Amino acid sequence: MSTANQAAVERYRNNFLKEVEANVEEGHMVKMCMQCGVCAGSCPLGPHWEHSPQKIFMMIRAGKRDEVLGSDSMFMCTSCYNCIVRCPRQLPITHIMHGLANYAHRLGIAPKGQPTREFATLFWNNLTKKGRVNELTLTLRHYFRGGLVSGIKEALAMQGVGLGLLKAKRLNPMEIFGGHGVKDLKGFHAIIAKAKEIEDRKKGFTA
Amino acid sequence: MAKKEYAFYPGCSSQLKASASNYLVSTNSICNALDIKLTEIPDWNCCGASVGYCEGGELPRVAINARNFAQAETHLPGQDIVATCAACWLGARESKERLDASAQLMKETNEALAAAGLHYKGEVNVRHMVEVLIEDFGYEGLKQPMKKSLEGIKFAGYVGCQTNRPFGIDGESFENPMYLDKMVETFGGEALKTYDQKVTCCGGALAFSEPEKSQKQIRDIVESAYDHGAEMIVTPCPLCQANVEVYQSEINKKQGTKFNMPVVYYSQLMTVAYGGSAKDAALNGQLIRAEKLEKIAGK
Amino acid sequence: MADNKFAAYICSGCGIGDAMKVPQLEAIAKKEGKMAVVKSHPFLCNAEGVQMIKDDIANEAVTHVCIAACSRRAKTEAFQFDGVAMSRANLREGVLWVVAAGKDHDEVRQEMAADYIRMGCAEVKKMTQPAGNVKESSSKRILVVGGGMSGMTAALEIAEAGYEAVLVEKTGALGGMAAKLWKRQPFKTPYSAPQEVDAGETAARVAANPKIKLYLNSTIAETSGAPGRFVVKVAQESGAVTDETVGAIVQATGFTTYDTAKLPELGGGQPNVVDQAGLEAMAKAANGGAIKRADGKEVKSVVFVQCAGQRDDTGAHLSYCSGHCCGTSIKQATYFKDQNPDVDTVIMYQDLRVPGMGEDFYRSAQERGVIFTKGKASRVAGGDTCSVTFKDLILDDENTIAADLVVLATGQVPNAGVDLEAWNPVVTAAEGGDEAAKAQRIVMHGSSVLKLNYRQGPDMPQFKHGFADSHFICFPYETRRTGIYAAGPVRRPMDMLQATDDATGAALKAIQAVENAALGRAAHPRSGDLSFPKARLEGCTQCKRCTVECPFGAIDEDEKRFPVFNEERCRRCGTCMGACPVRVISFENYSVDTVGSQVKAIEVPEEDEEKPRILVLACENDAYPALDMAGLARLNYSAFVRVIPVRCLGSVNTIWITDALNSGYDGVMMMGCKKGDEYQCHFVKGSELAHYRMSKIGDTLKQMGLEPERVVTQEVAITDNARVVKLINDYVAELDKLGPSPMKGFG
Repeated sequence: MSTANQAAVERYRNNFLKEVEANVEEGHMVKMCMQCGVCAGSCPLGPHWEHSPQKIFMMIRAGKRDEVLGSDSMFMCTSCYNCIVRCPRQLPITHIMHGLANYAHRLGIAPKGQPTREFATLFWNNLTKKGRVNELTLTLRHYFRGGLVSGIKEALAMQGVGLGLLKAKRLNPMEIFGGHGVKDLKGFHAIIAKAKEIEDRKKGFTA
Repeated sequence: MAKKEYAFYPGCSSQLKASASNYLVSTNSICNALDIKLTEIPDWNCCGASVGYCEGGELPRVAINARNFAQAETHLPGQDIVATCAACWLGARESKERLDASAQLMKETNEALAAAGLHYKGEVNVRHMVEVLIEDFGYEGLKQPMKKSLEGIKFAGYVGCQTNRPFGIDGESFENPMYLDKMVETFGGEALKTYDQKVTCCGGALAFSEPEKSQKQIRDIVESAYDHGAEMIVTPCPLCQANVEVYQSEINKKQGTKFNMPVVYYSQLMTVAYGGSAKDAALNGQLIRAEKLEKIAGK
Repeated sequence: MADNKFAAYICSGCGIGDAMKVPQLEAIAKKEGKMAVVKSHPFLCNAEGVQMIKDDIANEAVTHVCIAACSRRAKTEAFQFDGVAMSRANLREGVLWVVAAGKDHDEVRQEMAADYIRMGCAEVKKMTQPAGNVKESSSKRILVVGGGMSGMTAALEIAEAGYEAVLVEKTGALGGMAAKLWKRQPFKTPYSAPQEVDAGETAARVAANPKIKLYLNSTIAETSGAPGRFVVKVAQESGAVTDETVGAIVQATGFTTYDTAKLPELGGGQPNVVDQAGLEAMAKAANGGAIKRADGKEVKSVVFVQCAGQRDDTGAHLSYCSGHCCGTSIKQATYFKDQNPDVDTVIMYQDLRVPGMGEDFYRSAQERGVIFTKGKASRVAGGDTCSVTFKDLILDDENTIAADLVVLATGQVPNAGVDLEAWNPVVTAAEGGDEAAKAQRIVMHGSSVLKLNYRQGPDMPQFKHGFADSHFICFPYETRRTGIYAAGPVRRPMDMLQATDDATGAALKAIQAVENAALGRAAHPRSGDLSFPKARLEGCTQCKRCTVECPFGAIDEDEKRFPVFNEERCRRCGTCMGACPVRVISFENYSVDTVGSQVKAIEVPEEDEEKPRILVLACENDAYPALDMAGLARLNYSAFVRVIPVRCLGSVNTIWITDALNSGYDGVMMMGCKKGDEYQCHFVKGSELAHYRMSKIGDTLKQMGLEPERVVTQEVAITDNARVVKLINDYVAELDKLGPSPMKGFG
C-alpha cells in the first residue's frame, strides 16, 4: 500500500466526527444524518454551495477535516431554517452549519475574505459595542470594509436607498455619534466576556 | 375586556428612527385599539440575530438573551415576553428552549449573568406579536375594533422564514401557513389564493454580504406577487420588509424590471382597518408608498 | 332422486320494473326457458320475497332456481338455498345500470334483459347441486418440514390451536440458523438493542409439547396423496422409515448463506474477512467480551460491506435483496459498540433497507456512533490489516478504508429443493431413454425436499430466484400445491420476526386446508366450493393436457395414462375443463354445457337489424367485479354485449368460442387477470394459458372464413371499472367497422 493510500486509510476514521461532536454547536447530531438529501434540495442558496449539508455531514464522517473547515458553504446559510423543518431526522442543520462556521472562524481556517464571515463579525462587534445594533455604523463599516475607494463606490451605489430610509425616518444620521445602547454597558460586556471565557475553555481555545 | 399586559421586546430595528420604526409605530397603534399594554423590558439588549453565530458562539448568544429574560422576570414578573421582530423572537425563543432543555447550559448561563449581578430563574415565556393576536384575541376578537374594510386591496401574504420556521405559529404548516391570509381576510382585504414564494427566504443578512444571491431571492418574491395579481405585500418580519422593499430599486436598476410593489406590516394594515390615520400606521415610513392603503386611511 | 323442478324468480325492484317490461320477461322464462314456476316480486331480496322462494322449494319441490335480479355477487346471503342449484341473471348491474337511460334505449335494454333470462334458465337446467364429499377418515395432522425458527413456530402454533404436528428436522438439533446467532434484531419496543434469540427455549417447548411428534436426523423419503390423506415416509438416521399420515404440510426449510468463495473480489476466503454468520460465531465465542479474530487479536475496527454478492445486476451473483442484512449488520455493529464504544464500526451501504421498526434500531446505532457510509465496495483485501476500496456515493470519490475485520453481508439462498423448470426436461429426456438424463434425474430427486410422487415433479414450483412458490401479490402463503404451504426464508428472503409471522400464517392456512379437505370443500380462492371435476374417461384420448396444464398438480395419471383426479388437491378453477379437447371434464355446477347452453340461448338478430352481438367471457375474480363496479358507477357500455362469468379464463373451452361464432355472434371478448411475472390470476396460470390457447385460434377462424379480430383477449384488474367500459365500447366500434359476421343466419 502506498504511503499516500496509507495516509488516506488512516484519515478515513471518525476522529473528526468526535472533534465536531465535542466542539461544534449541535455537533453531536451529525452522526444522525441518514443521507437523504432533503436539506440539499431545500436550501435557497443551493445553487451557490460547493457542499450541501448532506455532503458536509458525510465529509465529517469521512474525516475530511481540512475540506470541511475550509469550506465557504456554511457561510451561505441565510438562517431560513427550511432544512431544519424538512429534515426527516430532525437534525438542527441550520445550527450545525452556524456551529461549523463559528468553529472554523475561531480556528482561523475559514476562508479569508468570505463576505458573510466578515459581515457577521462586523455585526457581532457592532452589537456588542453598545448592546444594540447601530444600523448606520454597521452599514457604513460594511461598505467601507474594502477600503475607502471601493467603500465610496458601494455607498454611492446605495445612496438612493439610504436617502429613502432617511426620508422615511428609518435611518438616523445621529447614530454615527453613538446612538442606541444599553445603559448597563459594563454589565453587558461582563456577561459576554464571562460567557466567552466559559465557552473557550470548554472548546479548547484557551490553554 | 381587561387590559392585557406584556413585556415588550422591540429589538434593534424597531426602535424609533431605525429601519423598522414604522413597525413600532403601527404596533403601538393596534395595541391602543386592542387595549394591550406593552412595557419595554428595562434596558433590553440585542438578541444576537442569526448572523451573530460566526463571531458570537453559542453561550454568549444564549447569555445575552438570558440577560433580557432576567430583566423581564425581575421587573415584569408574570408577563409574557412579546417580540415584534422575527429574529428577536427566534433568537430569544431558541435560547429559552435550550435553557429549558439543558441544566448544564442554564448553569453556565447564570455563571455569565452573575458577572453583571443577574440571575435567570427560567420562568419566562417568549412569544411573537402574531401569536398574541391570534391566540389571545383570535380572528373574531381582532375584528372587534374594526372600523374600515380593506376591501379592494389584493395582498400577497409573504410570511418568509423566521416567524414560520423552525417554530412557526401553532397549528400552521411550514410549507403553506395561512395566518397572514386569514388576517387580511378578517379585515376585508383579498388574500392571494396562490403565492409560490410565500415562505421563500429573502436572503436575510446576506442582503448585505451577498447582494447578488439575495437579490435573486427578492426578485422571485416580488415577481410572484405581481404574477398572481397582488397590489401589496404584507409581512410580519422587519428584515423581510426591509429587504423586499428596499432592494426593488436596486433590482430595477440592475435588471431593468419596473418593480414598485409596496411592502407593509400586518400591523400597518390593521391600524388602517381600526380607523387609524396614515401617520398612525406609519405609512409615511414606506419607501414605496402604499397608496391604496393610504387612500383608505384618508377616508 | 326426485324429479327436477325448475323455477325462475324475477325481481322488479331497484328500478328494474320501471325500465323493463317484467311480464314479457316472465313469458320468456316460461315459454323459452321452460321454467315450471315463474314469479316476479317487487323486492325479491326482502324477507317476503325470499320466503316466497323458500316456500316453493319446500312445498312445490322446486330443485333448480334462476334468480333474475342483481349480480350474482350481490345479496348472496339472502339468495342462499341449501341443496338447490341456482343461477343468477344479472338484470341490475348487468343491464339496468349500464344501458343508457331513456326511451331510445328501451328496445335494446329489453332485448338484453330477455337474453339474460334465457341464459339464466339455460344455465340452471344444466346444473346439478354438488352434494360434496365428506371424508370421515381425513387426517387433520400437519407435517412441518424444517426445525428452524419458522418450523418450530409453525409446529407450536399448530399444537396450540389444538392440532397435532409432525416435525421433521434434517440435523440432530432444533434451532436451525437461529441457534447459531448470538442475539437477534430487536422485535420489541424500544427497538434499540439486540434481543436474546431464545432458540433453545423454543426448542425445549417443541420437544416438551405432547401434540408435536419430533423426528431429528430425518428426511422425507416420499410424499404421496393429497390434502387430508398425505402419506409421508420419514427416513431416519437409523435407516428406519416411518409412514406418517397427515392432512397438510408446512415447508419451512429456510435458507443457506451465499457462498463467500464466490466473492474473491470482496475478500471471500481471505483471513479476517467473514460473512455475517461467521461474525455471529465470533460473537458467540466472545460471549459478551471483546470480539476476537481467528488470530486472537481483539477487533478494534470493523467494516460491514452490505449487499455483498446481492442486488447484483451482472448476473454473477444474487440479483435480489435479502431484506434482513442491513438490520443484521446494524445489530452486529452494536455487538462491538456495546462492548467497547471506541471500536470503529463502519457500515458501508448503497441503500439502507430496514423494514418494520428497523428504522428505530438504525437510529439507535447512529446514536452509538456507528458510522454509516453510503458507498459501493469494489475490492476487499483480507490480512492482518484489511482494506476496503469503495466509491463514496455522496462525495463521488474513490477511497480506501482500513479495518481489523471485514464482514460481508451476503444473501439468503433458499433451500427449496428441485426446480421443476429444470426437472421437467430431464424427466422427458429420461423417459425417452436418455441414460445421462436418467442418472441426473436420480441426483435431482435426491436433492428434493418433499419428494412428492406427483406427476408434476417432486417439489412445489418455484416462484422467482429459486424461492418456493407463493401467490406473491394476492395470497402470499398459497402455493400451487394445495395443502402444502411454504413459510419463512424458503418462500422469500426475510428476517426472523417476519419468519415467525410467516410460520404462524402458514400454520393457520394448513389448519384451514385439513378442515376443508375433511368436508370435501375447495381451498382458497373458491373456498367452500363443493364441486369437483369429473371426467368421462370413456371419451378420454389420454392426451395429458389436463395433467400438464393443471396449475396445482392435482391430476395424476394411471398406468394407462388416464387422468386421476385428486379432488383434495383441486382448486376448482376448471383449467382442465378448458384444456380438454374432447370436453369430457366437467363440474356438476360448471361445465361445457352450463356455459355452452347460455351461449346458444340468446337470440341473435338478423344481419339487417344492425344489432351485433358480442360475447364477453369475464373472469369471476376480477373482470366480472370490475363490470359490476362499472354498473355501480353508472358507466354505460354497449347493450349489444352478453356477459358470462367464468371461474377463470383458464376454464374457457374453445368450443364456446366456435359455438358463439357459429351462432352468428359478431365477436368474442375474453377478460382475464393480468398474466406474466406480475400475474394477478387467482389460479396463477389460468389467464396465461387462455392467452396461449387463444393465440392458436387463428386457424379455426380462418376455416370459418372469419377475421382474427372476431376474438380478442384482455387483461383486466378488479379496479379497472372505467377501463372495461372503454374496452367494450371500443371493441363494439371496431366490430362495427368490420361489419356483421358472415355466419349470421346459419346458426
